[in-house]
Amino acid sequence: MLQIKNLHVSVGDKPILKGINLEIKPGEIHAIMGPNGSGKSTLSHVLSGKGGYTVTGGSATYQGKDLLDMAPEIRAREGVFLAFQYPVEISGVSNIYLLKAALNSIRKHQGEPEVDAMDFLTLVKDKVRLLEMDEKFLYRAVNEGFSGGEKKRNEILQMAILEPKLCIMDETDSGLDIDALKIVSEGVNSLRSPERSFVMVTHYQRLLDYIKPDKVHVLAHGQIVKSGGAELALELEEKGYSWVEEAVA
Amino acid sequence: MSVSTQEINKLINQDYKPGFVTELETDTFPPGLDEAVIHRLSKVKNEPEFMLEYRLKAFRHWQTLKSPDWAFVNFEPIDYQAISYYSAPKRKEDGPQSLDEIDPQILEAYKKLGIPLDEQERLAGVAVDAVFDSVSVATTFKGKLHDAGVIFCPISEALREHPELIKQYLGSVVPHTDNYFAALNAAVFTDGSFVYIPKGVRCPMELSTYFRINAANTGQFERTLIIADEGSHVSYLEGCTAPMRDENQLHAAVVELVAMKDAVIKYSTVQNWYPGDKNGLGGIYNFVTKRADCRGENSKVSWTQVETGSAITWKYPSCILTGDNSTGEFYSVALTNNYQQADTGTKMIHIGKNTSSTIISKGISAGKAQNTYRGLVKVLKSAANARNYTQCDSLLIGDKCGAHTFPYVEVKQPSAQVEHEATTSKISEDQLFFCQQRGLSAEDAVSMIVNGFCKEVFRELPMEFAVEAQALLGLSLEGSVG
Repeated sequence: MLQIKNLHVSVGDKPILKGINLEIKPGEIHAIMGPNGSGKSTLSHVLSGKGGYTVTGGSATYQGKDLLDMAPEIRAREGVFLAFQYPVEISGVSNIYLLKAALNSIRKHQGEPEVDAMDFLTLVKDKVRLLEMDEKFLYRAVNEGFSGGEKKRNEILQMAILEPKLCIMDETDSGLDIDALKIVSEGVNSLRSPERSFVMVTHYQRLLDYIKPDKVHVLAHGQIVKSGGAELALELEEKGYSWVEEAVA
Repeated sequence: MSVSTQEINKLINQDYKPGFVTELETDTFPPGLDEAVIHRLSKVKNEPEFMLEYRLKAFRHWQTLKSPDWAFVNFEPIDYQAISYYSAPKRKEDGPQSLDEIDPQILEAYKKLGIPLDEQERLAGVAVDAVFDSVSVATTFKGKLHDAGVIFCPISEALREHPELIKQYLGSVVPHTDNYFAALNAAVFTDGSFVYIPKGVRCPMELSTYFRINAANTGQFERTLIIADEGSHVSYLEGCTAPMRDENQLHAAVVELVAMKDAVIKYSTVQNWYPGDKNGLGGIYNFVTKRADCRGENSKVSWTQVETGSAITWKYPSCILTGDNSTGEFYSVALTNNYQQADTGTKMIHIGKNTSSTIISKGISAGKAQNTYRGLVKVLKSAANARNYTQCDSLLIGDKCGAHTFPYVEVKQPSAQVEHEATTSKISEDQLFFCQQRGLSAEDAVSMIVNGFCKEVFRELPMEFAVEAQALLGLSLEGSVG
């Protein structure tokens, strides 16, 4: 699904990622953990194509293609989805309008016809029910006046409708209370499949209580300093990041 | 990888599609303006004597005035002696012709603009008056409108055929003494549309005028007069385009609306005059006075404008709410890009009791453009229980443009309620990246965000125009994302 080899990324003159190596197979869930400033968000931004970053070395191959060479919208249409840490508000544009425009641009790219209005409505309403959202959300402006939890649920709704192959979740658990965390996690779990992979960037272990990862990686000073199974997250929770950071230092 | 401000600018810039020139033989006055020119103009148009007198009176008054300088726009002084005040495609005789007699090149020009003048080809339910430079070249569906009692004709024809109505109403809303450009227009106006809806008649179709400037070095001085008699109802649309030229051209129009008791007038504009090139060279100076008088009780006038063109726009479609319980509305989208400048807004003058007005203004600025909302809400002592609601939103695209708001409020009646809300926002790179990450191109994302921003205004437009306006906004913004 995704192979990252010796990836180096700078912002301006400042190197942020200093040689990341990562391989994600179809169906796997990888958690990327690490302290503040370790480069977690940079990694999710670079993979999804946000501007402002310079790749100074290495490669990222997605389904056999050079991911870093694609425009952000092409990555999206090829099935890369970023669940934002801070989803933006767009006034005057209804949620359902954005969803339909997004779905159709992806379908068009994949050579499928535009979705029929009735089929689309049925699909959307199904997913809304799954995420225990109010249908009214569909007709409100994108994220406008949404609470933190509603915004994150809205991200998962988009994920559920666009059916990406690689889901990158940037600190999805931040700003969620325990009930919202549960609903979001259930949503993610329901989307797990042997063909779909997840990269979960998170600061805390608690999200991993609900979504069990196959692999856990610890990012520090722009490098993956330790990798392991789900038990690594528990160890980190107990000992703190300084434990692994010291190990490399 | 994602869009930077530079790319935003690329997205906004794109070709001006209506920028072609039609090669025609024309009757054009040499440049220059004096009383002899006005005599000649009035003669060419076969006008009654009272019109010549009116024009001369206006011209003499204009000479005492100075070009206004209070608007937030910059331009070199206009040399009024360098402009030609009349240009018309050559034809055998004056007066409107049947379609077969119109120069096929003109028909072709309108067709290219998406305005076929052949009634069979028209969107059902819209009658068109086509004004080409200084003259009206065709008016469609006249017969059907005549059966309903509606008069819809070029104003030059109305001067001859309906002098009583002209005498009674022309200049009654915008007098020739009103302002510099209104005085100039009264002196030299050439053509425009005239509409009279008789008592109790609901106009059976949308009326529209399509203004086209074609000739070089000419000014277009359009004059439109719409009278809705008691209990009548009319929806009128206006569209404007011009070829691309390096010189600035002046368009100084006057539009007067009169709504009698219980009458409703809906006036919609999609203005797409040539805005100049991306370096600010050329473009139309659009200096327009538009005003409605809600003369009768319970009358209502609604202005909706989508302004994407012109190098400079100076325009304040206004309502004088004279009749008790009358209503004025102003819905505006003004988009400026590159070096365009717009100073636009409205005036709502509350005179009658229980009068109400609504102002929704959406300004969008991209490139190095300056976009100004200027509005006056005036409640006179007589206007007990007057109400106004104003909402004024600005959207910035990129970091070199400006948005400005000058709201003036004068209230002399303690029972009045006046509300004003204003916001300024920016299309952020985060919004664009978010949309791209969901699979939309940067162009589609900007267009979606802008259309969302303008939604409250677009829903006021008649269906045929709403689609055109949305497409136009998309086009005018193409190249604005980078």
